[in-house]
Amino acid sequence: MRRERSTSSVNMAPAKRRNVSSDKSCGLSVKAAKIDVDTIAERVLESRKHANDIFDILEILQSDSEKDVVCAVDACSKVFCALLERKELFVGKLPGEEEALSGGYSAEEKFRIFMLHRYNSCVETLLDHLSHELHAVRESALCCLMRFAAGEGQHPLEDLDWSEHYSFPRKLIQAVVDNLLSNTTDNSLLISRFQVFLEMEDLRYYVMSSIRENVGKVMGKSKGAVLPVYQNNVFTLMSNISVPSQESELTNFMVKQGANHEDWKAAKLNDHKRAFERMWLGFLKYKLPNSMYKKILVILHDSILPHMSKPTMMIDFLTAAYEVGGAISLLALNGLFVLIHQHNLDYPDFYKKLYNILEPSVFHVKYRARFFHLANLFLSSSHLPVYLVAAFAKRLARLALTAPPTALLIVLPFIYNLIRRHPSCRVLLHKPSTEDETEPSEDPYVMDEEDPAQCRALESSLWEIKTLQKHYHPDVAKAAMLINTPLTAQEDDISEVLETTTYELMERDLKQPPTKNIPLEFEMATQLLKGGEGVLGQHFCLF
Amino acid sequence: MGKPPKKKSLADKVRKTKTSTEIKNNPFEVKINRKKFDVLGRKTKHDVGLPGVSRSKANNKRKETLLKEYKQKNKSNKLIDRRLGEYDAKMDPEDKILQRFTMERQRVHEKKDVYNLNEEEELTHYGQSLAEMEKFNDVVNSDDESEEKGLLSAELTAAHFGGGGLLRKKAPGEEEEGSQRARTRQELIEELIQKSKQEKRERQVQKEEAQELTEKLDQDWKSIQSLMVKKTPKAERIDNPEEKPKLEEYDMMVRELGFDMKVQPSEKMKTPEELAREEREKLQKLEADRLRRMMGDAGEEGVKSQIHMSADDLNDGFILDKHDQKTLAYQDGKWNIEEESAEEGDEEDGDEEESGEEQESDAEENEDEDDDDGEEEKEEDGDEEEEEGSSEEEDGHSDLDSEQESENEETKQEEKDSRVKPVKSLTKEELKAQQEAAKAELPYTFAAPESYSDLRGLLHGHTPDNQRLIVARTQKSNHPSLAVGNKLKLQKLFGFLLEYVGELATRSPPELTTVDKLIPELYALCQMFPDAAGQAVQSVLTDAAHSMEETLEVKGHAAFPTLDMMIYLKVTALLFPTSDFRHPVTTPALLYIGQALTKCPIRSLQDLTTGLGFCCLAVDYVSFSKRFLPELINFLSGTLHMAVEDKAAVGYTVVPPFRPSGKSSDLLKLSSAESQKSWSKKSIPLSDTQHLQLSSELDRDHHRLTCLSTCLGLVERCCQLYKDLTSFTYIFQPIEILLSKHLSTQTLPESLQELSSKILNAIRNAAAPHRRLVFEKKKPIPLKLLTPKIVEVLDYGKKRGSTREEREKERLKHKYKKEFKGALREIRKDSRFLAREKLGEVMKRDDERKRKVRELFGSLATQEGEWKALKRRKRKM
Repeated sequence: MRRERSTSSVNMAPAKRRNVSSDKSCGLSVKAAKIDVDTIAERVLESRKHANDIFDILEILQSDSEKDVVCAVDACSKVFCALLERKELFVGKLPGEEEALSGGYSAEEKFRIFMLHRYNSCVETLLDHLSHELHAVRESALCCLMRFAAGEGQHPLEDLDWSEHYSFPRKLIQAVVDNLLSNTTDNSLLISRFQVFLEMEDLRYYVMSSIRENVGKVMGKSKGAVLPVYQNNVFTLMSNISVPSQESELTNFMVKQGANHEDWKAAKLNDHKRAFERMWLGFLKYKLPNSMYKKILVILHDSILPHMSKPTMMIDFLTAAYEVGGAISLLALNGLFVLIHQHNLDYPDFYKKLYNILEPSVFHVKYRARFFHLANLFLSSSHLPVYLVAAFAKRLARLALTAPPTALLIVLPFIYNLIRRHPSCRVLLHKPSTEDETEPSEDPYVMDEEDPAQCRALESSLWEIKTLQKHYHPDVAKAAMLINTPLTAQEDDISEVLETTTYELMERDLKQPPTKNIPLEFEMATQLLKGGEGVLGQHFCLF
Repeated sequence: MGKPPKKKSLADKVRKTKTSTEIKNNPFEVKINRKKFDVLGRKTKHDVGLPGVSRSKANNKRKETLLKEYKQKNKSNKLIDRRLGEYDAKMDPEDKILQRFTMERQRVHEKKDVYNLNEEEELTHYGQSLAEMEKFNDVVNSDDESEEKGLLSAELTAAHFGGGGLLRKKAPGEEEEGSQRARTRQELIEELIQKSKQEKRERQVQKEEAQELTEKLDQDWKSIQSLMVKKTPKAERIDNPEEKPKLEEYDMMVRELGFDMKVQPSEKMKTPEELAREEREKLQKLEADRLRRMMGDAGEEGVKSQIHMSADDLNDGFILDKHDQKTLAYQDGKWNIEEESAEEGDEEDGDEEESGEEQESDAEENEDEDDDDGEEEKEEDGDEEEEEGSSEEEDGHSDLDSEQESENEETKQEEKDSRVKPVKSLTKEELKAQQEAAKAELPYTFAAPESYSDLRGLLHGHTPDNQRLIVARTQKSNHPSLAVGNKLKLQKLFGFLLEYVGELATRSPPELTTVDKLIPELYALCQMFPDAAGQAVQSVLTDAAHSMEETLEVKGHAAFPTLDMMIYLKVTALLFPTSDFRHPVTTPALLYIGQALTKCPIRSLQDLTTGLGFCCLAVDYVSFSKRFLPELINFLSGTLHMAVEDKAAVGYTVVPPFRPSGKSSDLLKLSSAESQKSWSKKSIPLSDTQHLQLSSELDRDHHRLTCLSTCLGLVERCCQLYKDLTSFTYIFQPIEILLSKHLSTQTLPESLQELSSKILNAIRNAAAPHRRLVFEKKKPIPLKLLTPKIVEVLDYGKKRGSTREEREKERLKHKYKKEFKGALREIRKDSRFLAREKLGEVMKRDDERKRKVRELFGSLATQEGEWKALKRRKRKM
């Protein structure tokens, strides 16, 4: 056939074509190449005589030059979309190429079979291009594939022999998803491009089920090992998916089904939710890297749980995460809170665990603000036993001895609020000595005790806050001074200070109006390492 | 209707007053208005009322107005008063009379007196003939009376009030002439007048004499004044000694004298003891101030006086502190400048003595020396300022024989330098020689650099000492008192210098010697312009903190700040007090250090060295105020954790940025136990925080041990600092566990083991139990008392607490109400009066009728009687 083409075709610009095929990086402009490819495409569409020119396009599609490939992709999309439109692709079970030549097909059918084969090879090449090293190529390939998918949806390539069947290019989508969720390269850019298409309800529905299948397949193979790149890709794709909150919002479809559109699964919100849920659960049941845990937990409460049909299915995952300890526990709190608050989850020893995740690191992690916000919510209940509240206050105070000033500005009002809410905790700040126990005692509080009921916090006092009155930052010292007098009845608003950064703290002093006189050191400075106590000079020398 | 007549005859007046006093004395006429309270200071107008009088007055008035109106009612004819100018208010009454008189005269002249030949008509005054009055010869002259006002002598009183007694006493001889009584009296009075006139004249003469004396005194004073003040007295005007200008001039002089700098006894020369005491007092005052600021109540105490300025008086040549001030004094009519040099010598002696004293007292030895040097330098600076100032004023008296001021100054600078140097170069003799050589090459004046590159160009290629000298000379030759723009230039110079210091620190290898030399200059500039310096340092801090914040936002952690930042922080601590409760520069700086110690992960020995450097800085910052810095303890315990061999099952938690385990958590583990034997403690060069080059494993081990010893040293220092904190044991708990359980098992050099046992002892000894917390005792709130609140009233009867407009409105309202009521009352009275009048009229009419009727009846009765009599007579007849 190729030979036939070279003889029979009316060649309009042979020199140019040769140029393109022989030396792509040659000085001829990209524009020329584009025109060239475009003209070929036009010719192919013009008449079946030039059908063989499609090979040229496919050849350019596999070339190395980025621009050429992009042009070719455009041309392909134009040609095959047009063909799909005209229904000039074979419908039904595709016979092999050789078989088609030999079998009793009409010329028309032979052409369609031929074209379908070209179409299939084009799709394969494009799927390969999805993992191309150049983003432009990947992106255009993705767009082209999606156009094909839309075209196929309108004009299905399979026989619709039974009425229950809904036409949707499932295979194509599955293939796209499989390629997107690469095991080796980070596809986050491409996935974010793909997100645009996820606006379409039916596509999203099928993508969700494709992801589930793909995850099951890939993770099943890995046998419990962690695949960071793959899982990252999956997470990126999944976190981009969100289900609309109401059925009436399901309007944007890629493929319109005819009569029984209403009964289509992709048109039902519940099915969406179920698919969404299954997708996530399918992903979460495998072992995840720690960073992935954190990422998931961060978005869990507001972009996963609300979209699930049964959020309680997440209980296992969340409790497991809560048991992990450290920052992950802190983050799991948020999801747990939603479940407890809205879905009636009864979590035994919740407060005990909360008590135990209070470690010095809570003041240093990135999610400090979120943690304290939640802890404030949890401890705002007025039905908590006094010993528990006292234990929390004491533990936080003890931990505050290692906290940076920004955290101290949160934790001090936090403790004060606890004491305000539970006036019987006032003994922590104010315990006038009685006759029988005049002897000053060691701090009876047991820091290592895991059970807040046993830690004897109520017998202690918050000497730590007394210590913090000598803190170097004036704001902290002032906040700590508050314990010298009875606390005011009004609770402090913690949410204002949750997000304070050290830089903001510094700015309070730095950005003051410059009118004030700046006090100066009166001891004459003579040398760099002397002056003050000269501690730097004791351990360091100039050279 | 017509107004009541204004003019009243004298007689009428007299009668009126008579009756009024009579009435007032008549208790039946007087109505006393009872007062409820006696209010001090209030004048009462209406305490006594005369109802009868006022009623009759009102009645009269009505009769003249209302009644007339009433009578004129329904009457069309009118009485026209054609008297000349009767209703012309503009006309003077005298004019009126005059015109009327002329009119009358004219009329009379025209008609009657056509033939009257120059016959005097009688002139009258108040209806009395003037000719008659002239005969009286009344002597009382109003002018004389006014002259003798206030003069009260026995004679005079006797003459005026004594009646006849005077005559009897005074002129016994004249008594025979009883017939001339009237005349004698006249004479007597004349005599009296003469006497008083004489007295007056005498007084005048006395006054003039006094005046002359004053003038003389004035002139004398002027001559003296010209002696006292160098000013030539103003043009003397003796020829016309006007009193008033003279007086004013004199007053002016007096006042001027009051404000003039008086010649005071010069302050006595201070003995060295006194000087030392003063110095100590000053330091104590500064220290007290520092403590006050440390407690944090400084902000509330209002404006801070700039006491610190006194430490260096270069600012504008003006000295604030009293004891620094040299008073000018005369010595044999000349200024006492010549004595200065000798005095200086004394002072220096004094300083030396003082240093000994101070060492005894409290301060640390090494610093004391520096202090003294500093003080000395300062004093000399001060002296120099004085000299400059005075030499500008009076060239002739300058102690230095120089022609021009600028040169003069330079030489002095040189002199000053050479004066400073001996103190410094006591130890380094060769350095001094080098300096002298270099000084010979350097120019003496420098233009202030306009940009940073200017400064760099200026300092490029000089030795550190010369660089310092250049900066010092730049500063001197651009002193703010010399030209207008110099202040700004020097402020900029501080910024440039700071930048230069940073650049020196970033060079490789860092030129810290130069930085070290430049510190005094930075300090001096900072003392001159605290605000500009503060802002410059603040901007450095802001930039550094901002860049760190940005990296933190992106990555979650940041690299350790470079050496220049460390130098900046150290310089900050040198320039500004670190112990203040809140300080616009040092508080952010300390925050920055804390931030660096928590957010910068430690990945290499170099990082660790930098971190320890920051720890040292942090200890430096809080060493005086003993404030608690959690980040510091965290870092130190984390550092110790790095040296632990066995990371499993530690009994403490490590705080970020340290990790309990991981690749960088073993940084301080020794590779071989042998290396500790060859180790000896030495200081770490600051440049190691930039480029740490450790070629062999042995070197690395040595560096590790040095780091460990630094860390332990800092821990020990912290133990001392924080031993008073209530939670001391819990703060140092991780360190205690580390030292006692983990590091003690490891083989460490002896010195380190000693140090660690010392720390452990300190921690264990400090564990003192505390009492449970109680609130501070509050003053009980006093019960509400029911005694009236007494408010001082300054303006009686006036309403307070409202604005002027409101008060005005209130006043008008009140007035309106009063007027309204009054008007109502008047109308009622009017109508009552009218009714009474009408009734009177009716009664009168009725009476008239009755009378007429009776008359008629009477006449009828007489007629009847006559008729009857006639009839009877007829019958008789």
